[in-house]
Amino acid sequence: MRLDEFFVTGDPLIYGADVSIALTLIGAIFALTYFKKWKWLWSEWLTTVDHKKLGIMYIIAAVLMLFRGGVDAMLMRAQLTVPDAGFLDAKHYNEIFTTHGTIMIIFMAMPFLIGLINVVVPLQIGARDVAYPFLNAVSFWTFFMGAMLFNISFVIGGSPSAGWTSYVPLAGLELSPGVGQNYYLLGLQIAGIGTLLTGINFLVTILKMRVPSMKLMQMPIFTWSSLITMVIIIFAFPVLTVALALMTFDRLFGSHFFTMMDGGMPMLWANLFWIWGHPEVYIVILPAFGMFSEIISTFARKTIFGYKAMVYSMVIIAGLSFLVWVHHFFTMGAGGAVNSFFSITTMLIAVPTGVKIFNWLFTLYKGRIRFTTAMLWALAFIPNFVIGGVTGVMLAMAAADYQYHNTYFLVAHFHYVLISGTVYACFAGLYFWYPKMFNHRLNERLGKWSFWIFVAGFNLCFFPMYFLGLAGMPRRVYTYGVADGWMSMNVLATFGGLLMGIGFLILVYNIYYSFRYSPRETTGDPWDARTLEWSTPAPVPHYNFAHLPEAKGHDAFWIMKEEIKQGKKPEKKPYKPIHMPSYSGVPVVMSVFFFIAGFGMVFSWNWMSILGLIGVLATMVIRSFDYDKGFYVSVEEIEEHEKTT
Amino acid sequence: MASNNEQTNSHSHFPWSHVVGFGLSIVLTLLALWIGFYSGFSLTTIMVIVVGLALVQATIQLLMFMHITESEDSTVQVGTILYAVFIAVAVVAGTIWVMSFGMHYM
Repeated sequence: MRLDEFFVTGDPLIYGADVSIALTLIGAIFALTYFKKWKWLWSEWLTTVDHKKLGIMYIIAAVLMLFRGGVDAMLMRAQLTVPDAGFLDAKHYNEIFTTHGTIMIIFMAMPFLIGLINVVVPLQIGARDVAYPFLNAVSFWTFFMGAMLFNISFVIGGSPSAGWTSYVPLAGLELSPGVGQNYYLLGLQIAGIGTLLTGINFLVTILKMRVPSMKLMQMPIFTWSSLITMVIIIFAFPVLTVALALMTFDRLFGSHFFTMMDGGMPMLWANLFWIWGHPEVYIVILPAFGMFSEIISTFARKTIFGYKAMVYSMVIIAGLSFLVWVHHFFTMGAGGAVNSFFSITTMLIAVPTGVKIFNWLFTLYKGRIRFTTAMLWALAFIPNFVIGGVTGVMLAMAAADYQYHNTYFLVAHFHYVLISGTVYACFAGLYFWYPKMFNHRLNERLGKWSFWIFVAGFNLCFFPMYFLGLAGMPRRVYTYGVADGWMSMNVLATFGGLLMGIGFLILVYNIYYSFRYSPRETTGDPWDARTLEWSTPAPVPHYNFAHLPEAKGHDAFWIMKEEIKQGKKPEKKPYKPIHMPSYSGVPVVMSVFFFIAGFGMVFSWNWMSILGLIGVLATMVIRSFDYDKGFYVSVEEIEEHEKTT
Repeated sequence: MASNNEQTNSHSHFPWSHVVGFGLSIVLTLLALWIGFYSGFSLTTIMVIVVGLALVQATIQLLMFMHITESEDSTVQVGTILYAVFIAVAVVAGTIWVMSFGMHYM
């Protein structure tokens, strides 16, 4: 392979990206060396098994990916603003919408939510870490390496360009001959390992690691939503793993699972993809629902309305989420019976979701509402998500779907549910739990600026797209003509997109500003909140709880505070040594080997992939013979910690 | 948090069941491949045998790796198995139903 085939050449945008990547890398290496931080980076972060630190790393990675996906979105909007624009050519545009979709779903939405789950859930259930801390580190690093593998595609070898759904035959070897599609397959496969491990890890954590006094039906709603999400992950992700593996066989080893010839079934890919893909949208929305429940309940100063209905509706959503996948390809023409069945199940799943909307509204009813930034995001979520949901039910009608399918109506719909559901939740959760992670709050004034600009921009960007869709504009076109008459609404959408970008930049600036100027927290409970994570001191000690807390019912921390108000003195118990897991460098090294193996497979360099896989196996063997049983935090150290906080 | 020391006991002996399960999984997979490629049976026979081998392998997974016999709480086990069967049936039968359109109408 020649060097100019290895690196992507010929596009000034790509050269710009090359330069900025090189500069960032050099800058980071220089800063780490100059400030002598290499050892700190390795021993405090790269080898950590602490769920709080892993959560923070997940969130940092997700914000970076949000930036990357957002830049992709901006480039698309720039190209579509005016008819016949020549900013991007068709191939480049295809690559950008492919990476935008894949990155936003797989490498932004999920890690952001999993990051918050990592930070919050063990604290909410009174645990000192997750059930398998080592595995948790493996989860993070495989996700991170998978994401990096996918991300380098645009400067090395070329990006995938068959859409985030990668339908065959377009994604097959004949029509996508380059290495781009291989990046998609291997990047998602490696990151998928991490997601599946997270699913198992947190399922066990929530079921087995709760403080003994907390019953299932007393768990905070966010913990419940995480539990249900993990169940969906465990059942849905193997389907993606298999589908990706089959397509990898097709592309690399000449098999014929999804090919047009030799008995392959191209539509089987779409079928398998959406068997995973539809549960996937509930994987990214249920934790968001859980966060909104916590935030609305905290800032309305009421316990959540209809706790049991909330839980059962999530259970029903989890079951139904596996029965609706065909609504993504009604137009495949599977026949009237099939389409009717999946049409009805799709409408059914709107019912438990509607129940949840009413529960949030009734939680707000007669609440003493505090309009913090986190609460504003939660409040904006409700009407925006309802717009997305209602248009979703319109799409659920199979006959009508033939009109909406593949138009901007669909684009508007899923951005309305994914942004006002998942992205708002990520922001709301970030503002809400930020003091738990970094020991200071994000600035509220900047936060509100960012909120209003982003929400206004979001509606301005995506609401016109419903009408663009009804006016016939198909999705994934890289340009359109003057005669189509779509320009005015596209200009509006681009303007809205710009506002969203500005809102995001203000958020990023807010992170810097608050780090510099925000007062440090003195208590662990800045919002007067209700669940156990707020009972930990600020900053949270690495062992989380000196004494395991007692859960006397739903909103356990609120009950504790009420008891103290009524004059109950917290009894002083002697501390005991706490058993904690040791840090380990194996997960990050193992994931680097996964990256090497994946990179080798992308280019069909067998020596490299075999080398990488041997490395993976070797690190597994090292782990198997690792008899490190962790360590004990001494009573003196606990006393020292508890004194200072 | 690797909190309790019970783990040390169950891990002290050589993990024979894992090794046997791993070996059997590989053998069963190779057997299925061989039957598919080289046996020369009719398509129906091949399908029956391969599905049968798949069920055997699923059982091995449950017994040798997933500790299905080791739990004290049987309701959770039954619930999980039922849910897994529901998902499996929905996915497999659903796929066959959805993907059969070409065969019937073409």
